[in-house]
Amino acid sequence: MTKIFIIALLINNVVLMRFLALCSYVGMTSDVGQSVGMGFAVTFVTVLATAVTWPLQTFVLAPLGLGFLQILVFILVIASLVQLVEFYLKKNVPGLYAAMGIYLPLITTNCAILAVTFENISNGYNFIESIVYSVGVSLGYLLAMVLLAGVRDRIKNSPIPAFLKGTPILFAATSLIAIAFMGFSGLVK
Amino acid sequence: MKRLWNIFKAGIIYENPLLMLMIGLCSALAVTTNVQNGVGMGLAMTFVMLFSEVIISIFRKVIPNSARMPIFIIVIAAFTTIIDLVMKAYFPELSKSMGVFIPLIVVNCIIMGRVEAFASKEKVLDCVADSLGMGLGYTWVLVGIAAFRELLGNGTVAGLQVMPAGFEPILFFILPPGGFLVFALFISLNIWLKGRMQKAAAKSAAKAEEVAA
Repeated sequence: MTKIFIIALLINNVVLMRFLALCSYVGMTSDVGQSVGMGFAVTFVTVLATAVTWPLQTFVLAPLGLGFLQILVFILVIASLVQLVEFYLKKNVPGLYAAMGIYLPLITTNCAILAVTFENISNGYNFIESIVYSVGVSLGYLLAMVLLAGVRDRIKNSPIPAFLKGTPILFAATSLIAIAFMGFSGLVK
Repeated sequence: MKRLWNIFKAGIIYENPLLMLMIGLCSALAVTTNVQNGVGMGLAMTFVMLFSEVIISIFRKVIPNSARMPIFIIVIAAFTTIIDLVMKAYFPELSKSMGVFIPLIVVNCIIMGRVEAFASKEKVLDCVADSLGMGLGYTWVLVGIAAFRELLGNGTVAGLQVMPAGFEPILFFILPPGGFLVFALFISLNIWLKGRMQKAAAKSAAKAEEVAA
């Protein structure tokens, strides 16, 4: 169990090692507070999506032989889930809604969430393992977001070679962060 | 005809989905460890984009505005499922090496973006030109990045040995950090290219003005 968590969090970090969720990684890290908000919103939705899609696949799609509808069903489930969460938070937990409400609509097309729900199935995880995996992956996402946001703060005040100005420097910096993360690869045998 | 050509051309450099609009990055970096994957992914994307844009363009007057997002998603998901199953059946190795990234075409922002910004308003033929241009723009970047990474990281291009036998592969380029670095260089190259083309266009415009004066 710990192994699944550590691998998902550090060794196969969802952004730095597997290139998932790059759009929001570049788009939402211009300051640290924003990246934390987005990170927690993704964590919340990923765990919720796993809790819904895993039983759906195991008890509905698989027994009925409807596996080929997986892509269609999962994306619709996630999209409607995000909407429901938004309505619920707006009405009942306005404080939390104010903190992460604006990130919720963006999450529907976050590929990390959809990827996690597919992988829970294709890796053959049981329900508990799926939840652990989804928490690991999404905290890994949060970690990568905060790290890049911190680096971007420093980049703002640094002399950058002219040809790397703008987006290229972000990817060059990400490359360096990814090298650091490769150091984790021996952590779990 | 000229109009279609212009629409087609836009996707390749000026509005290149990856390098200029910075969308749909995930799959572009993840699958580009070798050229076969790059070509496979590029073609799969182009297929889904072409058919989704055409279908949505045909029905653009019938689709109610308030329900358009779910409808777009369902159309895209349907074609993604088709290409996923086709690849699993006929190219099992390619499909395995790209793993989860084929089903993830469904949330690729390039397709959603083009469908929303273009196909929901324009005529069918324009959509064909647009999707092929965007698809080609996506594919050439993928193949370019893949060739670069495979050449330096493995000494081969599309599986064929290119580097001399004494060449020690630089593993860095096949690994994720190398992917990020090569991508940074590609964006930088495209910005430079675009700048040059704009300068050249401005120069020829100035010349034309001089002649007219």
